[in-house]
Amino acid sequence: MCGLLPGVLQLRSSFKMAAALQFPANVSTLNTYNDLYPDWTQREVSTGTTIMAVEFEGGVVIGADSRTTTGAYIANRVTDKLTPIHERIFCCRSGSAADTQAIADAVTYQLGFHSIELDEAPLVQTAASLFREMCYRYREELMAGIIVAGWDPRRGGQVYTVPVGGMMTRQPVSVGGSGSSYIYGYVDSNYRAGMSKEECLKFTAEALALAMERDGSSGGVVRLAVISEQGVERQAILGNQLPKFSTV
Amino acid sequence: MLNTSTKTPTGGFSFENTRRNAVLEANLSEKGYSAPNARKTGTTIAGLIFKDGVILGADTRATDDMVVADKNCMKIHYIAPKIYCCGAGVAADAEVTTQMMSSNVELHSLSTGRPPLVAMVTRQLKQMLFRYQGHIGSSLIVGGVDVNGPQLYSIYPHGSYDKLPFLTMGSGAASAISVFEDRYKLNMELEEAKQLVRDAITAGIFCDLGSGSNVDLCVITEKTVDYLRAYDQPVQKGLREGTYRYKPGTTAVLTKTVTLLTLDVVDESVQVMDTE
Repeated sequence: MCGLLPGVLQLRSSFKMAAALQFPANVSTLNTYNDLYPDWTQREVSTGTTIMAVEFEGGVVIGADSRTTTGAYIANRVTDKLTPIHERIFCCRSGSAADTQAIADAVTYQLGFHSIELDEAPLVQTAASLFREMCYRYREELMAGIIVAGWDPRRGGQVYTVPVGGMMTRQPVSVGGSGSSYIYGYVDSNYRAGMSKEECLKFTAEALALAMERDGSSGGVVRLAVISEQGVERQAILGNQLPKFSTV
Repeated sequence: MLNTSTKTPTGGFSFENTRRNAVLEANLSEKGYSAPNARKTGTTIAGLIFKDGVILGADTRATDDMVVADKNCMKIHYIAPKIYCCGAGVAADAEVTTQMMSSNVELHSLSTGRPPLVAMVTRQLKQMLFRYQGHIGSSLIVGGVDVNGPQLYSIYPHGSYDKLPFLTMGSGAASAISVFEDRYKLNMELEEAKQLVRDAITAGIFCDLGSGSNVDLCVITEKTVDYLRAYDQPVQKGLREGTYRYKPGTTAVLTKTVTLLTLDVVDESVQVMDTE
């Protein structure tokens, strides 16, 4: 500790002289977190991802891939990105793994508390609002794109999307994550209102398979879940059973 | 007078000094000095779940840039009687984080009156690491046995966690995971599982520069905990083949000068050591 003092005094005097110098280019006044990223930590764990949710009569179908990456290394090839928030409300997570896990934990707590206070099942819109509140308030610090989907007795199956930035909107079908860019065309052309549960499952599985084929940050298995009045049914489609499209 | 910030404080953690540090570091490097680096553990750590419990493995090298700072450090830390944690990343961060967690777990366990759950340890660790937004550079593998059976979690510096049957982390993770992906099976027997973890860590030791020295294992089952320090030493220090001693007279002496250094006694004093 004593060895530091002479050094610090030296710095003080050089700093006074340096007041006339300019700050180096890499010190910007904007988002300090990004610019001064300590270089001895690894890249942040990102869920890369393709996530999707579709409303149908009587419930929703949600789906996600299963890849979590740290830079170019796959940290977890069997991730479960479909996180339960309440008995019949799930969220699909994309973006930073740490941020989305922390947000989901916080919202699970808040929604559980709210549900006990109300003494009834919470609305999907309430869950989506809680996500939106958090994602908007801390929008500068967070990187989280979330799709909230579920079933409640009042309005049936609903899908709400809360992308990066903290907007919230209800959509009959929603895709998210880095792989979503590759399937907007497929989803727009193949979605029809009034599809049955099986049709929705097939639609979601095929869309996710196409995205996983093209997006490097998406892959692994396809995880699907159906949320309805009866409860939640989950399934996973393994690599060799994925729908195939191209012959090359 | 430097410009002072006119932003109102928002409470919580303040990162203002990081900008000052960046400026100082830039000024230092102009003069040819460099700021001190945090010592990383380099590391290969691994864990897997077998029939009766969990096995954690780690190498024992701690590096300071390109120099080995510690040839035999302990990377498997105690958290609770049946819960241990391997730490990779910055050595100090991993060490202190696990020590703090060990205290918290003991207090929590006394408060609840129950043995601790691995999920609880994971939750506390990840909430702490998330609060520090990745500035605590410790990657951890938490493994243990509790009332819910054997469990294994990995926690990254930013606070994300994964629950898996086998895991590797650290700079040698890629080498070690390849061994696991090839040979891991569910419900393996003890000896086979120990051999597999040993092989995975050895792969990290041979193929990663930041990992080396010995393999430490920790076998946790419902009944026992076996901390096997230096379970295997895949790399032995080489024995010197020849000798480099020369006979006196090998080198011819041309001249010889003797200079006497006179030292005067300036001051002689006796200081009695206080042993009270």
